[in-house]
Amino acid sequence: MSENIKIVENATCTFCGCVCDDMILHVDMDEKRITKAKNACVLGRAWFAEHTIEDTPAAMIDGKAVSIEEAIEEAAQTLSNAKFPITYGLSDTTCEAQRQAVAISDMIKGNIDTTTSVCHGPSGLAFQGVGESTSTLGEVKNRADLVIYWGGNPAESHPRHFGRYAVTPKGMFTPGGKKDRTIVLVDVRKTKSSPVADILIRPKPGKDFEVLWALRALVKGKKLSPDIEARTGVPLETLQDLTERMKNCRFGVLFFGMGLTMTRGRHFNSGALLALATDLNEFTHFVAKPVRGHGNVTGADNVVSWQTGYPFGVNFSRGYPRFNPGEFTTVDTLSNADADAALIIASDPASNFPKKAIAHLKSIPAVVLDTKCTETSKDAHVAFRTSTYGINTSGTVYRMDDVPITLRPAFESPFPDDYTILTGIRKRVNELMLAKHYASGASGQAKVAAPI
Amino acid sequence: MSEKMILIPGRSSKQGTSLNQGKLKDEYKQVTTTLEMNSDDMKKRGLIDGDEVRLSNETGETIVRCLGVKPEDLPPGMLFIPYGPPSSQLMASDTAGCGMPLSKHMEVEIEKIST
Repeated sequence: MSENIKIVENATCTFCGCVCDDMILHVDMDEKRITKAKNACVLGRAWFAEHTIEDTPAAMIDGKAVSIEEAIEEAAQTLSNAKFPITYGLSDTTCEAQRQAVAISDMIKGNIDTTTSVCHGPSGLAFQGVGESTSTLGEVKNRADLVIYWGGNPAESHPRHFGRYAVTPKGMFTPGGKKDRTIVLVDVRKTKSSPVADILIRPKPGKDFEVLWALRALVKGKKLSPDIEARTGVPLETLQDLTERMKNCRFGVLFFGMGLTMTRGRHFNSGALLALATDLNEFTHFVAKPVRGHGNVTGADNVVSWQTGYPFGVNFSRGYPRFNPGEFTTVDTLSNADADAALIIASDPASNFPKKAIAHLKSIPAVVLDTKCTETSKDAHVAFRTSTYGINTSGTVYRMDDVPITLRPAFESPFPDDYTILTGIRKRVNELMLAKHYASGASGQAKVAAPI
Repeated sequence: MSEKMILIPGRSSKQGTSLNQGKLKDEYKQVTTTLEMNSDDMKKRGLIDGDEVRLSNETGETIVRCLGVKPEDLPPGMLFIPYGPPSSQLMASDTAGCGMPLSKHMEVEIEKIST
């Protein structure tokens, strides 16, 4: 370690959706790496420690190092010549970069989707169908006296969620911290989150919807048969006790994870939970919040929504945005072999998608931007190595409760950031699409998106 | 002999820290190929920690190593594995019109690989 140490206060960790913005980073400016991340959790410490500067080309075409300009040209040609180009990822980059990706998708009349579709996409559908009774995490910290986690394991996926927002922090109306709160955990298995719970409820696998619907019935004063235990694994007395606690708390919150969205029922599960929160507002103040995974997946939802009107799974092939999950979501566009080129940003679908989708992704030319080599980037037609948001790059991200936060970078990277690369691709795509338009004999205003 | 069980892929601390090192690195591969299993279930099947098993369903198959956990932590018949390329091999591509493939509670057959 050198003596050239820089301290960065109030830096932000963008590893998970908690987006904790109270980091104190010690940066070795000679070695270009972070040596200490005070206040970070185990995941945050790994995030800051492992994002160092690797000795690798900034751009490659078919595995051969090229200049960034050459790679941008090839990326723009690939995307503008495709009939069904898809854009995917976006949850680990800044809102500014996301905005460029939407513009590119619009210009090439392509498809844009984010990792939300394989995360809380079902919750996004439920929001549209049921609505969302919501709040910030600050309100939860200051007011919530009943906190329910459903289908998640924050101790391992969002380690500071308990300490910073919802379980132990002392708030304005919760001065005793955890003593002023009742914590309920609903999960099919016992996890590292279980010890924090005052009440642990373990339904049978795949019975979340039934348990939520039973709670809705009890909240509305309906009688339930004791055989609910045989159906769901949860005794009627436990459900009745939870119902009374929910109706009589001062401020209740339901945090829900992918234990609901990734299982049978998917958006119906999320919808049942959101409806339960709404029902409870007849008795007290109750909110529901999805616990979001990646650092700026919430920003991706926001940016794609404010630019297209829809949160994910958006198609521009007719020159205007259309939303159709199941058709325009990326697992579908790949599995159905619709896509003939891909722009993948800060995501690794070749690791995480069903194998039929992966097989098709590997058969089409892909332009990939990532901070590390992944299963997706190693087979890319055009691969860009980019700098890391929050560590090397400033910009805006959204915390899981839709609060925007500005990033304070720690040290410079020799690699360009996603925004710079995507802006370059967007400008060149715009030129290529205009040239195509006029080459076809058209006159007047070209129907491509205005430069932003 | 193979038997059907319920597989739950999910997040873990080690998965999170190892993916920061890089998904192509050995630690991530090791984490995402470690299958947690109720220790009573393992005994019934003659399995010990570190044994290789084949998980399969109509979508695909993958080979992972067993690690026993306390019976009170994981119900009988249930398996847990950190998300990763091995668990993706078992994920069907049908999204039922919502964009999300079923990624948890997958019914799989488990079979010990003879050494």
